[in-house]
Amino acid sequence: MATETVATQISFSTDNIDKKRRLLLIGGASVVGGAGVVAIAIPFVSSMSPSAKARAAGAPVEVDISKLAPGQMLIAEWRGKPVWVVRRTQETLDALEQNADRLRDPDSAVAQQPQYAQNVHRSIKPEYLVMIGICTHLGCSPTYRPELAPGDLGADWNGGFFCPCHGSKFDFSGRVYKGVPAPTNLEVPPHAYLSDARLIIGEEGGAA
Amino acid sequence: MGKRLESTMAWIDDRFPATKMWEEHLSKYYAPKNFNFWYYFGSLALLVLVIQIVTGIFLTMNYKPDGDLAFRSVEYIMRDVNWGWLIRYMHSTGASAFFVVVYLHMFRGLMYGSYKKPRELVWIFGMLIYLALMAEAFMGYLLPWGQMSYWGAQVIISLFGAIPFGIGDSITLWLKGDYIISDATLNRFFALHVIAVPLILVFLVIAHIIALHEVGSNNPDGVDIKKLKNEEGIPLDGIPFHPYYTVKDIVGVGVFLIVFFAVVFFAPEMGGYFLEHANFEPADPLKTPEHIAPVWYFTPFYAILRAVPDKLGGVIAMGAAIVVLFFLPWIDRNGVRSIRYRSLPYKINLTLFAVSFVVLGYFGMQAPTPVGTFVSQVCSLIYFGFFVALFFISRSEKTKPVPARVTH
Repeated sequence: MATETVATQISFSTDNIDKKRRLLLIGGASVVGGAGVVAIAIPFVSSMSPSAKARAAGAPVEVDISKLAPGQMLIAEWRGKPVWVVRRTQETLDALEQNADRLRDPDSAVAQQPQYAQNVHRSIKPEYLVMIGICTHLGCSPTYRPELAPGDLGADWNGGFFCPCHGSKFDFSGRVYKGVPAPTNLEVPPHAYLSDARLIIGEEGGAA
Repeated sequence: MGKRLESTMAWIDDRFPATKMWEEHLSKYYAPKNFNFWYYFGSLALLVLVIQIVTGIFLTMNYKPDGDLAFRSVEYIMRDVNWGWLIRYMHSTGASAFFVVVYLHMFRGLMYGSYKKPRELVWIFGMLIYLALMAEAFMGYLLPWGQMSYWGAQVIISLFGAIPFGIGDSITLWLKGDYIISDATLNRFFALHVIAVPLILVFLVIAHIIALHEVGSNNPDGVDIKKLKNEEGIPLDGIPFHPYYTVKDIVGVGVFLIVFFAVVFFAPEMGGYFLEHANFEPADPLKTPEHIAPVWYFTPFYAILRAVPDKLGGVIAMGAAIVVLFFLPWIDRNGVRSIRYRSLPYKINLTLFAVSFVVLGYFGMQAPTPVGTFVSQVCSLIYFGFFVALFFISRSEKTKPVPARVTH
């Protein structure tokens, strides 16, 4: 009984609301809460980046190239990606000069290679090509097609790499041809020669 | 109803609006009485969602989201788990069935103008469901950890690499959680596939239905049945969803399940269209399959991607092909909803659009050839041309008079 009397006496009214104070409280809570949301989002978003273990697995790899005959290719694995090491023949190297006007970026102007590989053969030693075997279009691994003018690639094929996924073509320096979906030349990884027979991939010269 | 049952219901209704919701969405939700064949696919999509959730829960009981174990755990489900093959084939066939019914459901919306005022939000929620469904299907396809799982994911994630100024590369690294698609990628795709996206999907489906029931269903005549009501406020052309359409939909469910299980039992791989052959080989990061194609439901957009001889341009075109659909309610400026009362140019435009979509889907599955690329380019132009033409045709179209009541 007593409570009902109290309820009728104190009724809700909008006359004496302190709107300034309400706005301050809502505004303050929003700013502090918003900062908290941003702060807590950082660890969550960052947790999806490569972990310390994954970063450690990206260490350089050593490759023995002494048994590679001219015209042969070996595939090494670095950061889980295929890395091609090709020992090119003299004819192949001579053919590189003829491709220039059919290529999108014959002078390797786009930084898809370390500076020491920005030349026509895109490598430290002209004979050896070291290249990440992942198509710059959508990440397939192109196939090694050293033969001249095969049936499926046409009479003007000078040898190189062909991506079976979307038909991108690269010459024997991994330079992309015009009129194919891949936008840039294949990527040359940082690499150095430890000796004539030993190659290190994933590290610049001098560091080893 | 028995006295005791009645009082139990009253007890519940005082505490939870059970009867109110039942009436609002079923027994007193008045749908137009002229629904036809095309109106089966909404309820069927709901059925497939339930199938996917139930089979998915049971698959997680034996599946292992681990780069070394995933492929074998799927084989284990197929060979050693009691009825595991059935549960997995229901789930894999369900994925394709989902897209079959959703594409038909969307085409129904196109034909009868169901995206138009006041159903814009129904359409937008539906498009969001479609997007979530694509994300769900894409991430689910990585889980068996076969060759096509692996390289398909590689190709799709690389799409983000097309974003310029080095942002794209950081995003792909972040998405993968490693320098390549790896165990880290598999694990997060599992988390997103079984928790995050399904939650979003269920929420969106509820929003889609609430929005629909707020404005009422469209119909093959595109007539607004709420304009003519009887003295009780019930639309003259409306019938309660339950029992009329629940019973009608059960017939659809029966036919659908017969076809569905015929596929599950006799052609679960569908000749490589539902489960691609390359996916029966474990993922190998060093060897790309000869020919990478996504599963059939993505191929129209994949064909658009390949039709553009430029990486960023291709990605933009593919994204635009989906984004443009969101704006359909405003691109179509004609007040007449149903195709039945629209002009010949409109009908030709819509037919060309449907044909180009199917042709793109076909060429998206094939290895790239000069002819295929050319046809894909033509069809991509028709695809986008549909929206441009619609914008202008719909402005001053010679439409037929729309009847006041629905026809039979």
